Amino acid sequence: MKKFVALLLACLMVASVFAGCGASEPKETQAAANNSGETQAAAADGSAPAIKIGLTGPLTGGTSEYGLAVRGGMEIAVAEINAKGGLQIDFKAEDDEADGSDKAVSAYNTLKDWGMQIFAGAVTTGSSLAIAAEAANDQIFMLTPSASAVDVAMTGSNIYQMCFTDPNQGASAAELMSQKWPDATIGVIYDSSDPYSSGIVEGFLAKAEELGLNVAVSDASFTADNKSDLSTQVTKCKDAGCDLVFLPFYYTEASQVLTYANTVGYKPTFFGCDGMDGILNVEGFDTSLAEGLVLMTPFDANATDDATVSFVTQFKENNDGKVPNQFAADGYDVIYALYNACVAAGIDGNTPAEEACAMLQEQFAGMTFDGLTGKSMTWDENGMISKAPAAVVVTDGVYVPMD
Amino acid sequence: MKTMLKNKNTRTNLLTYLVVIVAFVVMQVLNSQGVLGSSMKGYLVPICVYISLAVSLNLLVGVCGELSLGHAGFMGIGAFSGIVIAALLKDTIPNDALRLVCAMFGGGILAGFVGFIIGVPVLRLRGDYLAIVTLAFGEIMKNIVGNTYAGIDDTGFHMAVSTSKMKLEAGGKYIINGPLGATGVEKLATFTMGFVLVLFTLFVVLNLINSKEGRAIKAVRDNRIAAESVGINVTAFRMKAFVVSAFLAGMAGALFGLNYSSITATKFNFNTSINILVFVVLGGMGNILGSVISATLLYVLPEALRSLEDYRMILYAVVLIVVMLCTWSPKVKEVLSVVTDKVSGIFKRKEAGTNE
Repeated sequence: MKKFVALLLACLMVASVFAGCGASEPKETQAAANNSGETQAAAADGSAPAIKIGLTGPLTGGTSEYGLAVRGGMEIAVAEINAKGGLQIDFKAEDDEADGSDKAVSAYNTLKDWGMQIFAGAVTTGSSLAIAAEAANDQIFMLTPSASAVDVAMTGSNIYQMCFTDPNQGASAAELMSQKWPDATIGVIYDSSDPYSSGIVEGFLAKAEELGLNVAVSDASFTADNKSDLSTQVTKCKDAGCDLVFLPFYYTEASQVLTYANTVGYKPTFFGCDGMDGILNVEGFDTSLAEGLVLMTPFDANATDDATVSFVTQFKENNDGKVPNQFAADGYDVIYALYNACVAAGIDGNTPAEEACAMLQEQFAGMTFDGLTGKSMTWDENGMISKAPAAVVVTDGVYVPMD
Repeated sequence: MKTMLKNKNTRTNLLTYLVVIVAFVVMQVLNSQGVLGSSMKGYLVPICVYISLAVSLNLLVGVCGELSLGHAGFMGIGAFSGIVIAALLKDTIPNDALRLVCAMFGGGILAGFVGFIIGVPVLRLRGDYLAIVTLAFGEIMKNIVGNTYAGIDDTGFHMAVSTSKMKLEAGGKYIINGPLGATGVEKLATFTMGFVLVLFTLFVVLNLINSKEGRAIKAVRDNRIAAESVGINVTAFRMKAFVVSAFLAGMAGALFGLNYSSITATKFNFNTSINILVFVVLGGMGNILGSVISATLLYVLPEALRSLEDYRMILYAVVLIVVMLCTWSPKVKEVLSVVTDKVSGIFKRKEAGTNE
């Protein structure tokens, strides 16, 4: 019996540790609590209740970096808007573990039970695909910050995107290459198990063929299971004599490619997409290796305009000095785009989700939006965004806009 | 009936069916009253799927004594083949329920067939080796499906393993799109069909366990050499359990795949296999009712802990460890047995009373 009592006590102690953790939760939750306090106050004043906007994204697990970045960006936008007075926003994020089926749908359903009127997710493409069908069915307006597959926007007329679709991004990469390096021998390394990466490559190869680019290596692919060593793919490009290597995947794997290329003395021009944004913040990565790297990113944290500077400062303050990446900026823009549209259409916390959906669709059809990730953004009838692609070159450890 | 109820096996089996049926009726009534929220309604079908998966894996792990770590692989085969079958039969069978049943049986049969092919070399192995090979099988299946392209156009059905080989005519539609998985799937699954699947799984597994074959399978588990010496064909009975288990997992997978509008191959990874194994282990090896209950509770638990935000997955793990320790601790068993003895004592007295 003694042992049993000991076990019970141990359990209680573990529980108390967690209770302690709960008491010292991070600032965001407290900020959120303050927000809801404010919104209640606003309601007491007799003005309309806050509008409920929900997000799902990976807040735990291997891809949580993206989900946490988007949430961080959105929380800043929500806090700014609520501080302004007028239309208030009640914001809630749920964890979907970047799952493409049951977990994503139950995260979305949890938000629906909470009373969500507008859905500002999901972060990853897989989750967005699963949720988009539900949102189309429920007629809840959906504006995803970072799910870039074409199929997401095509699921329904109420599904909108804040980022480029993958094939479009691949095509603009090919166009940029044909302008800057028309005679280059191009090698492509990509992740065949990732829809983002293979979607870009699909668009890129189609456009490259059309423009007559010399693509020497197009089958150097890897999968999520064997991405820990990418030396064979780099060697393949080296052997083929490629002087321009296209890396349409995320920065963690890209940092390995750059490190390995450096050890074997291979120095082509490396060209990345928006997933490459963040490479200068990889822990243990020698940023001098990224010198000369070209990447297409809609957001540059080193830009000097007021909006970007204030956003970056606020983000760093909320997130222990972490520099925001384009996911955070996309999240910030999504909230402002929704806010602008809601104000213009006169949507508030009393508008039912279906009505808000129809009104927002009307707004987005004719709306032009200036945000952190681009100026004069417009949306087409499918909900896909159109904005000018921007490329930067890494020079002396910072992004410099490409001319 | 009374003599039947005296048999402990029959009593437990009837109790298992009863629990499932009562749970179904209660949920249906609550649903018709509009008490259930969207999230609760969303859990119903996946719970049915995971119950079927746990029960079918229990047949392999608990009853047959073979540790398999590739159950999600069979589930994946069932899911993707079920989706393809449902898409192909769209014009032939307009009735949704009938099409779903066809897809589930198709998915089950294909998974069972793959189970048979895999079983021939794999079932020569035992214990740890079998676990490792089934683990590899699950990963291989995930990667194959993740690189498969299937589509339908006016000229018929096309399938390839790379985008360049896959050329659909204008107006053609992708069913499985490589790493993007199956998208735009028509949602056919219903809670009723999930309930029917659970009943079917229970019927197959419980009858198998209590049949001549089931006793042979258990004999192989308990002592292989002794079983062989009395003339039991060890390989054949292990194979039977393996194929039946794969078949049921395939059916459950098809229902799962047809419950969501999109699904990727990465869903059927090692983690999902382990998850199902956790349901089986916590429910009790060879205990079918235990699998049903633990699959339900453990599926809902991480969702119910959502209010804890970032801490929910840690707490989920802590709960698993505590449950595992408590159910195995002899002291806890002693405490529990006092309670169960009292309860069964009441029943026995009642029974004795009715007999008089």
